[in-house]
Amino acid sequence: MFDLLRHAWAIARKDLVIELRSRTAFVSTLVFTVLVLIVFNFGRDPTATAVLDLAPGILCVTFTFAAMLALNRAFQLELENQALEGLLLTPISRRSIYIGKLIANLAFVGLVEAVGLPLFVVFFNVPVGNVLPALAGLIALSTVGFVAVGTLFSAMVIRTRFAELMLPVLQLPFSIPPLVLAVLAVSKLFTGRPLSESMGYLKLLAAYDIVFIGLSTLLFPATVEE
Amino acid sequence: MTLASRGRAVTVVALLLLVGVYVRALMFTPLERFQGAAQKIFYLHVPAAWSAMLAMGLVGLASVLYLILRDARFDRFAAASAEVGTAFCVVMLTTGPLWARPVWGTWWTWDARLTLTLFLFFLYIGYLLLRQAVTDPGVRARYSAVLGICGTVLLPFIHLSVYLFRTLHPQPIVLKPSAPSLPGVMLVTLLYSFGVFTLLYVGFVMQRYAVGEEGAHV
Repeated sequence: MFDLLRHAWAIARKDLVIELRSRTAFVSTLVFTVLVLIVFNFGRDPTATAVLDLAPGILCVTFTFAAMLALNRAFQLELENQALEGLLLTPISRRSIYIGKLIANLAFVGLVEAVGLPLFVVFFNVPVGNVLPALAGLIALSTVGFVAVGTLFSAMVIRTRFAELMLPVLQLPFSIPPLVLAVLAVSKLFTGRPLSESMGYLKLLAAYDIVFIGLSTLLFPATVEE
Repeated sequence: MTLASRGRAVTVVALLLLVGVYVRALMFTPLERFQGAAQKIFYLHVPAAWSAMLAMGLVGLASVLYLILRDARFDRFAAASAEVGTAFCVVMLTTGPLWARPVWGTWWTWDARLTLTLFLFFLYIGYLLLRQAVTDPGVRARYSAVLGICGTVLLPFIHLSVYLFRTLHPQPIVLKPSAPSLPGVMLVTLLYSFGVFTLLYVGFVMQRYAVGEEGAHV
């Protein structure tokens, strides 16, 4: 177990260092996120629809798109110079490769969300004040499971034709449970309801995360064997 | 007798029995008091939904078995089941709006079960697209098994979450803790139709499986 996590961390660190050195992927994902937020603002009639009605949906959909864009990159990185073959030859368990990729993806998406959230608050003038910790927790909870299953799929689609198209087609159905639950819970937060009212949603979100992290870790070796 | 011709025989029998479903539903089953003739589509819509769900469940099961036993036959079965399930999904998604329009007053609504079946359809499409996008048979089998398992696990989550969203569908009338609230005559027609649609599923899958087997030997 300890080795698994140590190896996973080594993989994650490698990915994050590559990211840190170029920053292109991070900057472009961030710009994409901000642009989607802006586009959404113009997707409504400001005199007819209150921004607070749409805000939870805008936030969650934007972050879903951002996560998907980030996931395309995870294994794309390994295509150059057959890096994936090298990775598979290392004497570590396949599962630690998956967990490492997952950690790197979560760090990447989390950072995008951490920058995107304040911008969302400013753009849409949402009263987040004292619900900020709850909101951050909710976003994290709805991101983890989705990114877990996306990391698994991104390992498959890189070796198919039309990889960039294939990932969203396969993955968007998997965004529905986290999206629906997060939107319902965030709406309650924004309208000043206590977090305890959303307990049911949170439990279901947590169940989704646990099930899909477990399942993806279990299934990942089947996607990379030669 | 080859598998394909046996499959054809089963399908022909099922289609003849399907005529029986029409006759029984239209002539020997009473009109529903509130919905009138529109309710007759129930005897096709619900069994088609059953077959579509059954097909997905079996795709998931075959995928698990494939990953454990690595027998290509499970992969061929999963592929056949997915294609047949897609066909039943189309039947369900077309008969649904046809029924909803006169009864609910709308073609489409974001009701829990509607949304669930729509995503079932998209899972099937994604599954078939993934199969087409991979050329190596071994890789294709592994990838589609992974997707098949994830998809089957996803369905209950979609159902639960969209159920919290909202629902308009009638509450369960047959499978529920107390006795079925459907009148006996209607229940018999429905169960008969369930049987026919299951048989149709079997016939279709047998034929599709035979096609896959031939493809594997070429």
